Amino acid sequence: MDKPLNQKAWLFVLPVLLIVAFSALIPLMTVVNYSVQDTFGNNQFFWNGIGWYIDLLDPTTDLGGRFLDALWRNLLFSAIILAIEVPLGIAVALSMPRDGWRVAATLVVLALPMLIPWNVVGTIWQIFAREDIGLLGYVVNRLGIPYNYTADTLSAWITIVVMDVWHWTSLVALLCYAGLRSIPDAFYQAARIDGASRWAVFMNIQLPKMNRVLLIAVLLRFMDSFMIYTEPFVVTGGGPGNSTTFVSIDLVKLALGQFDLGKAAAMSIVYNLIILAICWVFYTVMTRLDARRG
Amino acid sequence: MPRSRTIVLTLYILFLLLPIYWLVNMSFKTNTEIVTGMTLWPAEPTLENYARIFTDASWYSGYINSMQYVALNTVLSIALALPAAYAFSRFRFVGDKHLFFWLLSNRMAPPAVFALPFFNLYSAIGLFDTPLAVALAHCLFNVPLAVWILEGFMSGVPREIDETAYLDGYSFPRFFVRIFMPLIASGIGVTAFFCFMFSWVELLLARTLTSVDAKPIAATMTRTVSASGMDWGLLAAAGVLTIVPGALVIWFVRNYIAKGFALGRV
Repeated sequence: MDKPLNQKAWLFVLPVLLIVAFSALIPLMTVVNYSVQDTFGNNQFFWNGIGWYIDLLDPTTDLGGRFLDALWRNLLFSAIILAIEVPLGIAVALSMPRDGWRVAATLVVLALPMLIPWNVVGTIWQIFAREDIGLLGYVVNRLGIPYNYTADTLSAWITIVVMDVWHWTSLVALLCYAGLRSIPDAFYQAARIDGASRWAVFMNIQLPKMNRVLLIAVLLRFMDSFMIYTEPFVVTGGGPGNSTTFVSIDLVKLALGQFDLGKAAAMSIVYNLIILAICWVFYTVMTRLDARRG
Repeated sequence: MPRSRTIVLTLYILFLLLPIYWLVNMSFKTNTEIVTGMTLWPAEPTLENYARIFTDASWYSGYINSMQYVALNTVLSIALALPAAYAFSRFRFVGDKHLFFWLLSNRMAPPAVFALPFFNLYSAIGLFDTPLAVALAHCLFNVPLAVWILEGFMSGVPREIDETAYLDGYSFPRFFVRIFMPLIASGIGVTAFFCFMFSWVELLLARTLTSVDAKPIAATMTRTVSASGMDWGLLAAAGVLTIVPGALVIWFVRNYIAKGFALGRV
């Protein structure tokens, strides 16, 4: 049955519209306004037209090169954590106990990292990975593997990736677990009668049932890792050098560190447009998927 | 249960708990013990770090501030999202799909983009450094999220119920509060959980919009760097205390978590 057409529904949506417009549109307008100007402190602004945008999109300039580097770093980071978190999350979801008190206990433990404030997550790993007072850093160094996330790029990356896996794999796992629970037992019984292997059950029953939640998991993890700021900032501060400076970190450095408001604003706009575009692709795929399911 | 599954799960849980254990462990140590040697558990457990937090107003007021804006944001988000979610789940109207996408896209917007404009905006309207400013700023991502989750739960309620209620002479507000809201109570619970979660863990905006009076606890933690170096024990204790509210909330909603995730809308 189709939903009835009712234009008065707009009245119900109005409060949400106003509040989100207040917190999204007004700030965005400010950003657009900054992005076409240059400032030399003392709140003096000068018209700069689309100059910053031209710089930003040209990798040979300082600003463009910097943005492109941060963008690549961020995409690489997102790709790595997706490649680890999605399979691991599925594996954990498949290993969840079926029933009893252990389900509740496991769910609570799984959700725990997600409810820790992000800078505390950073603090936890900053401490845990230190070579002098942290268990992980100490043990790894004792094993004879040089590991120091403040000085060595590879160590810093590993720390941040492991931290993100620690922080967010549970989200993928919980989403997949919810998808798995919606599979009726009859499916498994039928598979057992047919003598299907564990792998066949996974490929033909469990994975197709999970594809919607998996898509959402990938979307959320991609988006959130693409705008990650607090956790790596606390752990490495973007270093050593610029090796863990992701787009958001670079943006805050530019805006609040150097007060290059014009450049930072232009970067914000392009950054936002990229996110919007990716978001739209996911949304379209998802609504298609829903429509096909009816 | 096959052994391989138990092993995967056990290892994963161990991986999750180990860093947290280390933080808890450190919070019960004295600073001297932390910097002088590697001990797997506190040799002389001390509550000194916790005592300092609970007796110093500049520390514990951070918790109160955080709680204030989180609670305010959760109530605001749900109150605003309820009618909107109802509209999206029950009616078609001009631009509904575009509007829904636009709302959702705000959930994905990077807070770093908004930090500076928010600072200007809330300073201009005189809300800077109040819990309300942070609560409103967090609406940017929590209201769309609440609409998304609630819409899923509402669509699960058959539309015949609405129609029957109208035939029985219920006015819309009475129907909504008396009949409809109890039907989606678990959905409201799940929404509240996620609003709490995302408001509680976010710091970039919360820190940008506050300076003294409404400073969140997580920002207070950066103070532990003193002239004599890092006060690790105190930092760890403060960290542990920020984990507690989250853990409590999960414990209360543990039976709804799976349900909330089942909608695939987080």
